[in-house]
Amino acid sequence: MQSAPALFDSAIIRQAAIDAVRKLNPGHLVRNPVIFVTEVVSILVTLLAARDAAAGIPWGFQAGVAAWLWLTVLFATFAEAVAEGRGKARAASLRAARGDTMARFVPLPEDTTQTIPRAAGELRRGDHVLVEAGEIIPSDGEIVQGIASVNESAVTGESAPVIREAGGDRSAVTGGTLVVSDRILVRITAEAGGTFLDRMIAMVEGASRQKTPNEIALDILLAGMTIIFLIAVVTLVGFASYSGAAPSVVVLAALLVTLIPTTIGGLLSAIGIAGMDRLVRFNVLATSGRAVEAAGDVDVLLLDKTGTITFGNRQAAAFIAAPGVSETEIAEAAVLASLADETPEGRSILAFARERYGITLPAMTPEARPVPFTAQTRMSGMDLPSGSYRKGAVDSLAATLNQAVPAALSAGIDRIARTGATPLAVAKDGRILGAIELKDIVKPGMRERFAELRRMGIRTVMVTGDNRLTAAAIAAEAGVDDFLAEANPQEKLDYIRAQQAGGRLVAMAGDGTNDAPALAQADVGLAMQTGTQAAREAGNMVDLDSDPTKLIEVVEIGKQLLITRGALTTFSIANDVAKYFAILPAIFVTQYPGLAALNVMGLTSPQSAILSAVIFNALIIVALVPLALRGVAYASLGAAALLRRNLLIYGLGGLVAPFIGIKIIDVLLTLIGVA
Amino acid sequence: MTLIGWAQIALVLGCALLLAVPVGRWLAALAEGRLGGLARLDAAVLRAAGVDASRGQSWQGFLLAMLAFNAAGFALLYAILRLQGVLPLNPQGFASIPPYLAFNTAISFVTNTNWQAYSGEAAMSHLSQMMGLAVQNFLSAATGIALAFAVMRAFATGGVTQLGNFWADLTRITLWLLLPGTLLAAFAFIAMGVPQTLAASVIAATPSGGEQTIALGPVAFQLAIKHLGTNGGGFFGVNSLHPFEGPSALATSLQIVLQVVLPFGLCLAFGRIVGDARQGRALLAVMVGFVLVATLSIYAAEAAGNPLHIAAGVSPIQGNMEGKDVRFGLALAALFTATTTGASCGAVNAMIDSFTPLGGLVPLFLIQLGEVLPGGVGSGLYGMLVFALLAVFIAGLMVGRTPEYLGKKVQAREVKLAMLAVLVLPAVILGFTAAALVLPMGLASLQDAGPHGLTEMLYAYSSAAGNNGSAFGGLTADTPWLNTTLGLSMLLGRFAFVIPVLAIAGSLAAKPRAPEGPGTLPTHGPLFIGLLAGVILILGGLQYLPSLALGPIAEHFAMLAGQTF
Repeated sequence: MQSAPALFDSAIIRQAAIDAVRKLNPGHLVRNPVIFVTEVVSILVTLLAARDAAAGIPWGFQAGVAAWLWLTVLFATFAEAVAEGRGKARAASLRAARGDTMARFVPLPEDTTQTIPRAAGELRRGDHVLVEAGEIIPSDGEIVQGIASVNESAVTGESAPVIREAGGDRSAVTGGTLVVSDRILVRITAEAGGTFLDRMIAMVEGASRQKTPNEIALDILLAGMTIIFLIAVVTLVGFASYSGAAPSVVVLAALLVTLIPTTIGGLLSAIGIAGMDRLVRFNVLATSGRAVEAAGDVDVLLLDKTGTITFGNRQAAAFIAAPGVSETEIAEAAVLASLADETPEGRSILAFARERYGITLPAMTPEARPVPFTAQTRMSGMDLPSGSYRKGAVDSLAATLNQAVPAALSAGIDRIARTGATPLAVAKDGRILGAIELKDIVKPGMRERFAELRRMGIRTVMVTGDNRLTAAAIAAEAGVDDFLAEANPQEKLDYIRAQQAGGRLVAMAGDGTNDAPALAQADVGLAMQTGTQAAREAGNMVDLDSDPTKLIEVVEIGKQLLITRGALTTFSIANDVAKYFAILPAIFVTQYPGLAALNVMGLTSPQSAILSAVIFNALIIVALVPLALRGVAYASLGAAALLRRNLLIYGLGGLVAPFIGIKIIDVLLTLIGVA
Repeated sequence: MTLIGWAQIALVLGCALLLAVPVGRWLAALAEGRLGGLARLDAAVLRAAGVDASRGQSWQGFLLAMLAFNAAGFALLYAILRLQGVLPLNPQGFASIPPYLAFNTAISFVTNTNWQAYSGEAAMSHLSQMMGLAVQNFLSAATGIALAFAVMRAFATGGVTQLGNFWADLTRITLWLLLPGTLLAAFAFIAMGVPQTLAASVIAATPSGGEQTIALGPVAFQLAIKHLGTNGGGFFGVNSLHPFEGPSALATSLQIVLQVVLPFGLCLAFGRIVGDARQGRALLAVMVGFVLVATLSIYAAEAAGNPLHIAAGVSPIQGNMEGKDVRFGLALAALFTATTTGASCGAVNAMIDSFTPLGGLVPLFLIQLGEVLPGGVGSGLYGMLVFALLAVFIAGLMVGRTPEYLGKKVQAREVKLAMLAVLVLPAVILGFTAAALVLPMGLASLQDAGPHGLTEMLYAYSSAAGNNGSAFGGLTADTPWLNTTLGLSMLLGRFAFVIPVLAIAGSLAAKPRAPEGPGTLPTHGPLFIGLLAGVILILGGLQYLPSLALGPIAEHFAMLAGQTF
């Protein structure tokens, strides 16, 4: 995870303050109907204040309202600018990595001895370039020849080099990354300006940011509410005139701006940008905000077994002793038989014996003679002065030793096989002592995470090439809801389609070329940065750390984004109740003194009441900027519990908070003698 | 407030809820075309009419059929009213209805509003009542229910473009629901003393030796459909306060049951059709909750009485009985008023103009909340579903998913259309009222000055736009200005609302229905009921609070200060 800039980094704030003013341009603001209306009203009130000042009429109140209306607009543009500023800082460092490299263009791929220097920006898709140790890869491409270790820290932030080689699933290279050793011939797969790094910069900066579907829907709701309040305020002129009151345009403007949902209107785009930014800090790049939103809606999570749910290689999980043999005995025999076994499985036996039985490795003596694994014997071991130790497949070991497996042991071995694990027999001096259970180990904590997902309403499905038996056993152990055994790419694709036909949204992670169709079909396709170019293009997100379990975090970030929008919308609308109680009696108390009873906050004067409401309305935007950027805390509760909690905080809180806030501002205004 | 009063409210509402269960079952059966023993007869009728019930219509097709049918109904009714003077069955010899009034009345009955700028017994011939107004009482109600059926089907299915067949729905609802229901209720009313005759009037000798002409007519049948179809247009000018239209507490109780049973039943039918009875019960709970709170508020306000009367020496024990009938008492007046305004019926058994300011605020606010509590037949349900979509959209985001209602994603298109629908009422109500309050031709109709006058005007436009039809009173409604603008209000309140609603239905029907899971917002529990109620209250309150503050609320505080208008 990238280190996050502090929520309010001073450099970002300075830049944001400048950008906030620049964003006042009505051409820009018109995209945001609520704030646009606020700006129009601000201009109107400013003109009225100026007119009154010129005419020598008392104009302090009008100017005060105008100033705070402008601040309302500024706070909204500031919120957006701060959110963008955080992305821009990251984009600047990415841009530095891109630089302008010179590439060694290879006109004839068959003959790599001939190269022509060419600027990276002039390379076309399909060109071939040669890159050697110490050089920067000029553009995205596919290795067609050679193998190299590449430092991808410019993109991923991870400085340990990774191996890239022609053919297979690790052939994709990214422009801007550094070849550390060897030389490779790369076929360029991206046009200039359209490389992964370019897209990443654009995404992080928010330059290509488009409104997401949910954002559009919310915008429509807010615009609709703005029109409703416009109707309510404009018609109030008629109602007031009948009642013998003539509220000034300034007062009506103040009423309008406090009623329209400026809080959520002002923070809406900041919430969206911050959501993308959170994802970037998790080292996940989404190609669109739409994908992030879809992540919140995911119903089914398709996870590969190997490497995602399990560690990916079989490890020792238990020793089973034959009758009359102690567990320590079999453990020791297993360790000695595996001393020379350098495979991960062999290492895991040593590690398991050490952790479980405290067996330390004996020093290798010169007399020790390793017996290597051969395809014929299907066993390996070690001959020592203390005896000859062997381990291997149960049937071949029994056959070689010409010895039957003891009945009690064979029951245990059958059980191991039934659960999808692999049994290995261990023998000392031709006698079978017991068996080792090798199995796919589920990563710690996965069970809990799946339970958490289940509470969130998301089903996890494990995908594996294993047979049904093995798959079922691991699925049960990991606690996934379903599994897809002996899965090939087509079956994966069919499964996704079937789920989608049932109205469910599917997310999956993948890296191989054969994952590409499924990644493209899934609603959220998280491709691994180490994966193939095809996979990276098919998915709508790329994980720079290549950690498929991140899909879970991505879902949480998507949910958090939606929750933050909903919470602030609810808060914003609930706020209006208090504002009515502040402004309505202030406008009409002269005509109907009885309406003073509605002044439940006991505000000092009509003018201070109106000004307090306007000031509260502006300040609440700034007060909520941190929440908009950070996002509402997400807990994986069920929907009902989550709604209850958020309704209580943001619904009820939204109802109560402005009563308190407006009162405090009124007291302060009274203290400094403005009221 | 008395124990007997509370018991009356509980008993009548309880009866309505009980009756809503079988009615809901039958409504669901009608919507799904499961007609049981009537199937053969139904098929024969539809075949004779050239309707193929299996041929569904798209939302546009459904809408066009509905609009064409209602336009024809308007033309026919307008013609009858304009030609009344030369048409038969006119024993009193009433003249033809003048153009403005005929326009207003025809729209009023076609839109299920039944606002009456005339007095039935002094203007309408038997033919106009029976062939004109009563026919629209049936057809406007059937139209509303047919629209509700279309919307229900949109939620029940997925991936379809068709919402059902308007003609089949209309025929079935009229023949197999409204007609038998009306017949049953009419005979009950006849047994209670409501007249049903073609005679014009009887002459009675008054105790003081004078002579009184008492109007008669085919009242009972029209009374039955007036309530069952939430129409509300009375045979007589004073509606259910007239001894022949509201002869007893029993009759008024039956009227209350009739005017809520279909809106209540439609909720339950909705639950059945979408395959989850709890969903329907949740909507019903919101409706009943509001009706109860409103009833108790009116009851409390009226039982407390008018402090000015009490100061003048009127016994406070009776409460505020001005404009109410001793046959019914305060409790039934409160329940009747809450249900008739909540249910978009518009019949009255008490004069709302004479209520205390707060007692009068409640029915006004109920109408302004969108006529969904429980709302008119059909229109109440689809209006409530619009609010449910908005509630789900606003708060549903807080569970971290794109909001869904009954497995249908609520997206930009639905929000846009729902907002369009929701905009109609405030634009019409506030716009026309504000204009009428400053224009001389509007002000000329007012009986009272000050906030009370404002309430009279606000109530009229709220009632018209909400397709309620009840009158606050005190307003001279038969003027060209009011006849025209109120007519337009009714037209917009009905059809400008329905068009986006049907478009939503079309959009939802095409969407797949996502299965419900622990991550989806539950829309059947107390939490959702509270949320939906809160959204209705806050959205409505925010729109109308300023106007209410200058009307009933200002009047209330003025009254406490001893000021009258």
